[in-house]
Formats: sequence, structure tokens, C-alpha cells
Amino acid sequence: MSKEKFNYFIKTEKNNWEVIIGLEVHAQVISNSKLFSGSSTKFGGQPNTQVSLVDSAFPGMLPVINKYCIEQAIKTGLGLNAKINLLSIFDRKNYFYADLPAGYQISQYKNPIVGEGSVTLDMPYGTKVVGIERLHLEQDAGKSIHDLSPDNTYVDLNRSGVALMEIVSKPDLRSPEEVNSYVKKLRTIMRYLGTCDGNMQEGSLRADVNVSVRKKGEKKLGTRCEIKNVNSIRFMEMAIESEANRQVEILESGKKIDQETRLFDTKKNETRSMRSKEEAHDYRYFPDPDLLPLEIEQSFVDNLKKNLPELPDQKKDRFIKDFKLSSYEANVLVSDNNISQYFEDVIKNSDIKLAKNWIIVELFAVLNKKNLDIKNSPVSSNNLAKLINSISSGEISGKIAKQVFELMVNTGDDPSKIIKEKGLKQQSDPNELEKIVKIVLDKNTDKVQQFKSGKEKLYGFFVGEIMKASSGKANPKLVNDILKKELKK
Amino acid sequence: MVDLNNISLTEIVKLVKLKKISSLELTNHYIKNIEKGKKLNCFITTCFDETIKNSKTFDAKKNYDSLLPGIPIAVKDLFCTKDVKTTAGSKILENFIPTYESTVTSNLWKEGAILLGKLNCDEFAMGSSNETSFFGNVINPIEKNLVPGGSSGGSSSALAASFTPATIGTDTGGSIRQPASFTGTVGLKPTYGLCSRWGIVAFASSLDQAGPMTKNVEDCALMLEAISSYDKKDSTSINKKKENYSKNLNKNIKGMKIGIPKEYRVDNMPKEIDQLWSKGIDILKKSGVKIIDISLPHTKYALPTYYIVAPAEASSNLARYDGVKFGYRSNKGKNLLEMYENTRGEGFGDEVKRRVLIGTYVLSSGYYDAYYLKAQKVRKLIKKDFDNSFRKVDAILTPSTPSSAFKIGEKTSDPISMYLNDIFTVPVNLAGLPAISLPAGQDSKGRPLGLQLISNSLDEQRMLNIAFAIESEISFKQNLNRWWE
Repeated sequence: MSKEKFNYFIKTEKNNWEVIIGLEVHAQVISNSKLFSGSSTKFGGQPNTQVSLVDSAFPGMLPVINKYCIEQAIKTGLGLNAKINLLSIFDRKNYFYADLPAGYQISQYKNPIVGEGSVTLDMPYGTKVVGIERLHLEQDAGKSIHDLSPDNTYVDLNRSGVALMEIVSKPDLRSPEEVNSYVKKLRTIMRYLGTCDGNMQEGSLRADVNVSVRKKGEKKLGTRCEIKNVNSIRFMEMAIESEANRQVEILESGKKIDQETRLFDTKKNETRSMRSKEEAHDYRYFPDPDLLPLEIEQSFVDNLKKNLPELPDQKKDRFIKDFKLSSYEANVLVSDNNISQYFEDVIKNSDIKLAKNWIIVELFAVLNKKNLDIKNSPVSSNNLAKLINSISSGEISGKIAKQVFELMVNTGDDPSKIIKEKGLKQQSDPNELEKIVKIVLDKNTDKVQQFKSGKEKLYGFFVGEIMKASSGKANPKLVNDILKKELKK
Repeated sequence: MVDLNNISLTEIVKLVKLKKISSLELTNHYIKNIEKGKKLNCFITTCFDETIKNSKTFDAKKNYDSLLPGIPIAVKDLFCTKDVKTTAGSKILENFIPTYESTVTSNLWKEGAILLGKLNCDEFAMGSSNETSFFGNVINPIEKNLVPGGSSGGSSSALAASFTPATIGTDTGGSIRQPASFTGTVGLKPTYGLCSRWGIVAFASSLDQAGPMTKNVEDCALMLEAISSYDKKDSTSINKKKENYSKNLNKNIKGMKIGIPKEYRVDNMPKEIDQLWSKGIDILKKSGVKIIDISLPHTKYALPTYYIVAPAEASSNLARYDGVKFGYRSNKGKNLLEMYENTRGEGFGDEVKRRVLIGTYVLSSGYYDAYYLKAQKVRKLIKKDFDNSFRKVDAILTPSTPSSAFKIGEKTSDPISMYLNDIFTVPVNLAGLPAISLPAGQDSKGRPLGLQLISNSLDEQRMLNIAFAIESEISFKQNLNRWWE
């Protein structure tokens, strides 16, 4: 692939503005029970059916840390090549809201469980390393429902106390495209690890986006604004674009940016102020006296590390090295653990080169069209391998294979069954093919003459006619051989 | 027939086990006492029907293999009791009925005890005189115009007046020991983490600890044995084996070393208290104990440290009382914020508001380092003082309070003088140590005075043994004429 140059700037008559972005991603931890209680974390339950006395902050209730959530956070930290802090502290973040039953959220403030790390992105202009500042564990709040009644707000505490990982990036991102790639990469890593399902529709992954701008070449960071709670990658891109342009406009008119928290209005495609710095909450963080500092043994971390699955970057390197894939192809295949698994299943019994093309081109087109993920592919890895083998063995041509594939998509059938039933098997008997070739040439003696007198372009015409006469089943290689021989006569 | 008002819990347990008295007879005795003593305002809630039912159940199927067989017991209204109203002395929880039972009270019921009712206390245990309760102040049975101490004032008063043979309180800065001292009873604050905090309405989580209040040291050992347990529902609970404090109680303390901290000789301390302290020292000397002068240099910072740490935690712990989920909700206010303001404005009393404000202030950005963080550092120094001392001594002897019980209303307008009452008790909470207050005598007005023993973490047995030895020599006599009946 030819390398492009990075070129995302807000260009005005006067200046080129660089956009600086940092992300705070909130990722819901995959765990059956909540961070500090035994309640279920299942999505979509009837309101207030997954709420314990701890989650609803009844008098005298105490939090007890869920060890599995700690493991999940450490695993994620390891996946981000980050430092695991053997001592971390849970703090209370105090504020009043109806869906925050205790009046404080248990979070980690000064001593998070995971420290600095990094994520590598593959951009069209090369790899880009994005720094991770920290990852900490915290409780999610409940949900306030304002639209059920004109006079009342309803509160659903099912989500209250569910474990979240807040993953804070350094301000290393420079374009909506990089943000897109970063969030997808985080999601891939966490899905590989099984620590977050990354399901943005259900809110398991959402982000606060920090945006500032500065003139190209400047070193000092500009004043940033934080766009709260953006819940899709597309909206993140839109919000950044619109916010950066807003800031540039303000700065170019000679005014200053106010540090503030903003909301993204997806309908109007613009951000608007939620609260200024002066109105910012004073969260009065202090260590939660109900929980002792969290101490982890190095051996505990080592053990998790030892049992970590292969991560996307490692898998990509292996695919490139072992299967001679391009960086692009490897990226596409490792972007989803289920895809890479599918790919590896297919190539267990079939040709790698054909397999990668069939998956990346044909299968993805079908999945995209039908809006399916690979786990629900109508074509099983086993059947695709069979199809590929039919091509490699010469049983069917690539062209026929496409027909077969279409039928496989529609029926889910085994390709050999389709080939047999539809009589699509390639015609590879030289005697039969010779007959067909002769018939075609006899019918077109004028063109044969023209060919012989130098109009070599007609070769393709003959092949086409032969294929047509064989209903597309003629073995192209043999047709070639015979045709060449016949034309030389 | 023995006078049940003048015998100990241990003796009552013996009578039950010897079938000299039934659980129902005991229950009826206490119900009668309670009904004749309403003047003292010890109870917020009684549940006599349930108590009688439970005592009959016990009598029908006697099980003597427990520590407190069929013994009716009233508890401070800070312990959540299943299906029985639990108010924490506050309007905001005036009608709160828990669906769950605190670990400590569950332990009591597991040992055969039966709930008599819920005892008055300062609102959210914030107070030293039981005058901050929404349900009115409690009167000390010693004298009709005296406070019983606080915050476990309902407990101390009910115990002294024999409305319950023993009780439990909670101690965040002295709330068990000071009322025990004011009423001539024994009160023990265990090592932080020995008793589970699960199901106790929280005041200051890093300081709160439940403990027994009894008529003598032996009862105290028995009750501590009953209520202490490791509880995995409380992350600060200590995972250790249960001890047989009562069985191992032993007066022989010969050869032990007791420290006398010079910092506890404060200005303006009544002479009688000083004399009593000396009396305690003499008794110990006679018992073959070596008295060692020690220094706890950071003692003078304990009170200000306490009044930063405790309100800070309280301000956060009490945020849940917002009218949204349970408890009192004001019907005034146009929006969520106004509902909060009105609910909390109407639901909390002055002392609670004062501490929530202090706590909010010391945690605010810009003040956190100067107050809360500094206080945490001082707290470590206070703990270190004790650690250093316990390398030299087995326990420390001090007075329990700088004065005897004061008059109702005497200090309500002056919070600082009220807070000064905790001066000898708060260092112990800050250091997470166990301490016991035992009655040692009376002042010239006939008001009881207590001595406090402080021991090292989880050294309750030794502390109880020393208290047991002092008790047997000091010949304290409670003189109650039951004037309220």
C-alpha cells in the first residue's frame, strides 16, 4: 500500500489548525455480578430487578470488592501494555443525583489499578502509538428516566454499581479518523481479552472526548473542552469535527476558549455548553473508608499474564509472518477475534491465498449486505474450505465458484452438494473439451483467419465462446492448452 | 426470689440455665421496668409482643448451649433490625423499617438473646449527651437533671436502670465509654474490625465500632464473645478465630506493666478524677503490676483530628439520606435540588448539619490538603505513639472522661465544650485500639466516674483481665433508688 501523509488540519484562510484529542473511554467490565455487590449485571432486565441493598445504598450496607472485576481490569491493563499498580485505592466521588443512591460513586482517583500504557494504531500513513495515561475501576450509576411522566422522574438502579473501566488516553490523537481507529482498537483488544463486549448500543462502551486546537507547529496545548458521554464512534467523529471548528472560529475571531463540559447534539451536529469550569462539581474525593487499599501480589499479575490470550498485535505479526499476508489483510482479519478464528479454521484445510481473498472480498461483502457478524455467517468455515479446495483441485473454476458461493449463502448448503446437484463440476476431459473447441472454431472460421493474420485480441473471444458452449464449466486451463494448440494448426 | 435488678447478666444466664427463671419471666420483668421508667426516655421503639412471643418460643424449646439463652436485650437504635423500626435517632429515618438484620445483632440472636426494643441515641450517633436525638433527650437514672452521656445514652441509661440486663452501643469517638462512665456501668470499644459494621447505620466508617455495655467486666467479656465475629460482608472486618473471653477471664495480672500517659493530666480536670486515677494506680500496684510513666505526645492533636476525620466521613455517609429511596422526604420543592434541600433541611437536626457542613468543608478542593490530608497524617502519628508505648507496657490507664455527667442543657449551646468531653476517648478510635471504661467511684455529688484501660490491637483478653482485677478491688457501688418509678 502506498503511504499517505497525515493531513488532518482545520484549514482557514489564515491558518492550519491542529486538533488535539484525548479520550476517556468508559468500558463496562464483563462480569456476572457488580463491582461491589452480588447483583446481576445482565442487560435489559425489568427496571429495579437487579438491585441489592448495597446498590441502593441502604443504611449500614457495605461494599465488598468483586475479585473477578479486579482480574478483568488487570487483564485489560496487560492488553494495553500498561503498568499494573500493586497498590491501588478506591475513593469516593461525592455528588448528589437521583440515580446515584449513596450520594457518591466509588472510583479510583489518585491511585488507579493500572498506570501508563500504549495502544498501536495502523493508520494509512503508518503506525501510530497512542499513550494510555491510566485505567481505573469505578461503579456505574443508575438510570434516570425523565420521559415516562410529565411530573416525575423514574429511577432504574439495575445499572447502579456495575463495574466500569475508565481508560484515559494521553492527548495523542490528532483526527477523527485516529479516534475511530483508537476506539476500535481498544474494543478489539478488550474483546480478545473478554473483558468488555464493546457493545455501544447497550452502552457498554462510551467516551468523554477532550478536544483542543492549536496552530500547526505550536507546542503549547490549547484550552480544552470535554464532550461528555458520546456513545458511538460516528458521533465521536462528528462531535470532534464540529467542536474543533467551533474552537477555531472563536480563536480566529480573537476570543478565548472557556474550559467547560459540553454535550453533543447529534441532531443538530453541534456541541453545546453543559457547565462551565466555575460550575464544575467539587467531587470531594477521599479514600473510601469502607474499603481497604487494594493490594495485589505480583504473582497474581504474572499468572494472569501467563494465561492471556494472543492479542491482536501479536496475531497480526504471526499472520504476516506465517501466512504471508499483507499488513492490511492481517489487520482486517485480526480486527475481530471471531474473524481471525474463522480464517484460521478455513486455512486448516485449504489454500491460504484463496482463503484470505474469499473471506476479505466475497464473504465480507455478503456479511455487510446482510448485516451479519461472522458468527452468524451462512457459510461455515468448513464449507468455505471445501469450496476453496474445489477450486484448487480444478473441480470448479473460480467463476463457477462464485455461483456456488451464492447458493451457499442462500441455502447454507455444503458446496459439494450444490456442485453435484446443479451439475456445476468443471469439464476437464480433454477429449470432450477438444470437441467443443473444434465446434467453436469451425463456427468462426472468419475470425480464426483474422486471428492468424495478427488480430490476437480475438483469443479472448474464442475462450468466451468456448466457456459459453460449456455452460461455463470448461476447465479454463485445459481450454487454454487446447485452444492454443488448435489455433496453431 | 433474687432481685433481678441487682444481679449481673452472667448470674441471670446461670439462673436460666438452672431453670430458676424462664425467659418469659425475665421478659416480663424488664417490660415492667421499662413501662415504669418511661420518664427516662430510653426507648425509641419497643416490640414487646414480639419479645414475649420469642421468649415463649425459647421456653418451649430451651436451648442452653448458647451464651445468652432466652435473655431479652435492648440495643442502640443504630443497629438495623429486621422488621423493627431503626431510626438512628433521626427524623430522616423516623419510619425506616429495615428488611435486614445487622451482623452484630444477628450474633446476639444466634446466641439465644431476644430483642426487647431499640434504645435512644444521639442523632446518627453524633453527640456526647444524647441531647441531639430527634426523639428527645434521655435522662440519667443517677439524677433526674443529668445527661446519660452519648451517643449511646439510651443504652447506658437503660442498662443502669435495669431496663435490659446488658446492651450494645457503638463507639466512634467515645460513644460507649463516656456514657458508661456517666452511668456507673462498663463499656468496651473493641479493636476496629473485631465486630462487623454491616447493618449498623454509619457515622464515620473508619472509626465506628460496636461494643458491649454491661454492669460488670465479666458480663462485658460474655457480650463481647457473643457479638464479635469475622464478617466477609465488611471489608474492614478482621479474619480471626473467635475467643472465649468470659471463660479465660483471670484476675491474676501480676507482673504486667501499665502505662500512665502524662498528656492525660489536663488542665481544669476535677481533683476527684485525679484522685480516682491514683486509686486505680494503687490498686494495680498492689496487684503486682509495674506502673510506667509514658508519653503519648500527639494526644493534644487527637480532638481536632477527630473533628476533621469523623465529619468528613459522615458528610459522605449521610449523603444517601436524600429522600429519593427511603426515609423522610419533604413534599416541598419544585425540582430535585429543592427536594434534596428541603428533605435534608427538615430531616436532619442541628448537630448533624453542623458536622455535614464541617465535613463537606474539609474535603473541598483547596482545603483537602490542609485539613483532611493533614488530619490523616496526624492520625498516623497518634497511632505511632500508641505503638511505641505498647512496646513498653501491656495496657494504659487513664480517666474515661474529664468530668462526671453534666446537667441537661448545660453544654448544648457550646459545641466546643461538648466536644471536649471526648478528649480521653477519641485517640483510641483514631488508633483503632480497644479500650474499656469501668466504674471506679463517685464524685462529691454522687455522680459516677470511670477509668479507662487502653490495650494493644486485639489484646481484649488481657485488657478485660486487668479491668476484672481492678473491678474486684475498687469496690464500686451503684446507689440507685429508682426514683423514676
